[in-house]
Amino acid sequence: MRYLFKTDYGQDIDLAKHDGHRFWYGLLLTALLLAPWWLGDYGLAQLSFILIYAIAGLGLMLLAGFTGQISIGHAAFLGVGAYTQAVLAAQGWPLPASMAVAAALSAAVGVVVGLPALRIKGVYLGIATLAFGFIVEEVLARWESVTGGNAGMSVGSADVFGWKADTDMSFYFICLACTVLATLGVLNLLRSPIGRAFIAIRDSEISAQSMGIRLAHYKTLAFALSAALAGIAGALYAHKIRFLSPDQFGFVQSVDLLLLVVIGGLGSVHGAFLGAAFLIAMPQLIAAGKDLLPAAVGQAPGLQAMVYGLVLVAFVLLEPMGLYGRWLKLRTWFELFPFYRRGMFKRQRSFQKSERLK
Amino acid sequence: MTKHTTSLNNALLAARDLQVRFGGVLAVNGVSFDVQRGEVFTLIGPNGAGKTTVFNLISRIYTATAGSLVFDGQALDRVAPHAVAGLGIARTFQNIELFEHASVLQNLLIGRHAHSASGFWSQLMFLPSVRSAERETRRKVEEVIEFLDLQHYRDSVVAGLPYGVRKVVELARALATEPRLLLLDEPSSGLNVEETADMAFWIEDIKNDLGITVLMVEHDMGLVSRVSDRVLAMSQGQVLALGTPTEVQSHPAVIEAYLGTSDDAASLRRPAASVAPIPMKEAA
Repeated sequence: MRYLFKTDYGQDIDLAKHDGHRFWYGLLLTALLLAPWWLGDYGLAQLSFILIYAIAGLGLMLLAGFTGQISIGHAAFLGVGAYTQAVLAAQGWPLPASMAVAAALSAAVGVVVGLPALRIKGVYLGIATLAFGFIVEEVLARWESVTGGNAGMSVGSADVFGWKADTDMSFYFICLACTVLATLGVLNLLRSPIGRAFIAIRDSEISAQSMGIRLAHYKTLAFALSAALAGIAGALYAHKIRFLSPDQFGFVQSVDLLLLVVIGGLGSVHGAFLGAAFLIAMPQLIAAGKDLLPAAVGQAPGLQAMVYGLVLVAFVLLEPMGLYGRWLKLRTWFELFPFYRRGMFKRQRSFQKSERLK
Repeated sequence: MTKHTTSLNNALLAARDLQVRFGGVLAVNGVSFDVQRGEVFTLIGPNGAGKTTVFNLISRIYTATAGSLVFDGQALDRVAPHAVAGLGIARTFQNIELFEHASVLQNLLIGRHAHSASGFWSQLMFLPSVRSAERETRRKVEEVIEFLDLQHYRDSVVAGLPYGVRKVVELARALATEPRLLLLDEPSSGLNVEETADMAFWIEDIKNDLGITVLMVEHDMGLVSRVSDRVLAMSQGQVLALGTPTEVQSHPAVIEAYLGTSDDAASLRRPAASVAPIPMKEAA
């Protein structure tokens, strides 16, 4: 077991709390930097998708996991980012500039969606964002002069000031750089007053307010940030998938993103990455498992959706803290071996809350 | 003492003719009081007297339908709810409203929110200025942790703490905001005898060592008479009596509000007598 001897407040502020963190995250980053050489083309493409979904997942994690505002229309922000990127790239904008515009436009749309969140919460907010998701999908399908409508729109390779990221490898490094920057940004916010304000709003709005936190301001900020991250992910997605059509940003994509954060573990940055890896790996696992099943089940349409549904139900029932929670338990088990108890992570009954002022 | 001169006196908080109407119910009706600097001022009264409503008026969760509230020369009537903390008013809640899934330390750091000044971009990049601000925030929070003996619970998640400790954490979080006026809504509710005694010590320390003015709602008369300088008794939204704890406790209107009058007892007896012919003894 590790005992940390703290002698300085800086130790609690630093992102890496001890040498173990430095070693393991350094190792992870090295492995990711060297990935093009130890992963095949297919593996690299999948890894790029994991990184892209992890960025979008970080955005939704910030909103749903840390600020407590649900969004069932998050694919819309992904779509806004993707189409903005596609249109600007076609006009020859360099990637950093077009990506910044994609993020800014998504953020602006996020602010608009955030407005109802100032008045409604819970399931009602979910319905409002769901409706918004349908609206955006419809706009993408109907605004044919810009988006190409249902016929779709092809996207060229990313252009960074004259340098074309036209190979899988070069594009992978762009994804990796964006992911690292996005993660650092989110981690920085979470250790600053803004991140703490988000957590405060999630846990008790009334006392957040009495601590001087402006609810409207921070909720809007959370929506804007979350949408901006989804917009960045969308911009990368556009270049990765090379062909955009409105149905890629529909309800199913929104549910996938929600699945990502819930299965990854709400309220943890790790969860966004674990969830993204799960979301990308799952179809492969299902495809591999198909052959083992009897034909009537294995070839049935909707098998994937059913497996996703079952996995989600299983996680909500058995492991509400998601994959990250599972990992924490595993780690604790090893750290404390042989003293781990079953009830260690059991949720405490929360004491009665005073009536919420709505 | 007229209405207009009192708001100019040295009171930290001056309430004048406060009235709150929820539909047809007058929750608070014509309540006036002054909280002087450096005193412990307690609101008592039976359930539904309007004590918590007065608290919610001061923390701007409700808006008064009539009357005025002046804090340190500034009218509170148009202050936004989140801006109250910045003025120097902190509060605790009757049933504890902590940030459940955060550690005690994080809860207290959130308490310093009103003092944070760094902008969005500098926080996003965690510039050296943010880092030094965070260190300063932490140093201030550690002072509160030491004051209330919370060192042991610093890194515990609130959701796993016993009720008595949560109560202290909530007090700590309010103190972390560095208030000039501290509103305590039933600080002893749910506490055992020892914890209540600790709470009394802390309230005295807050007043004497930190120089913070305390306005509290409390039912435990032992605690009230031990720590309060002045007591305001309310019933059904109106002021019954104002004075030292002993004066208020012996005030006939207060006794009547809590225990009822002999007339009340008589009125209860009559219908009972008509049903049951057995004569009842006089109520003590």
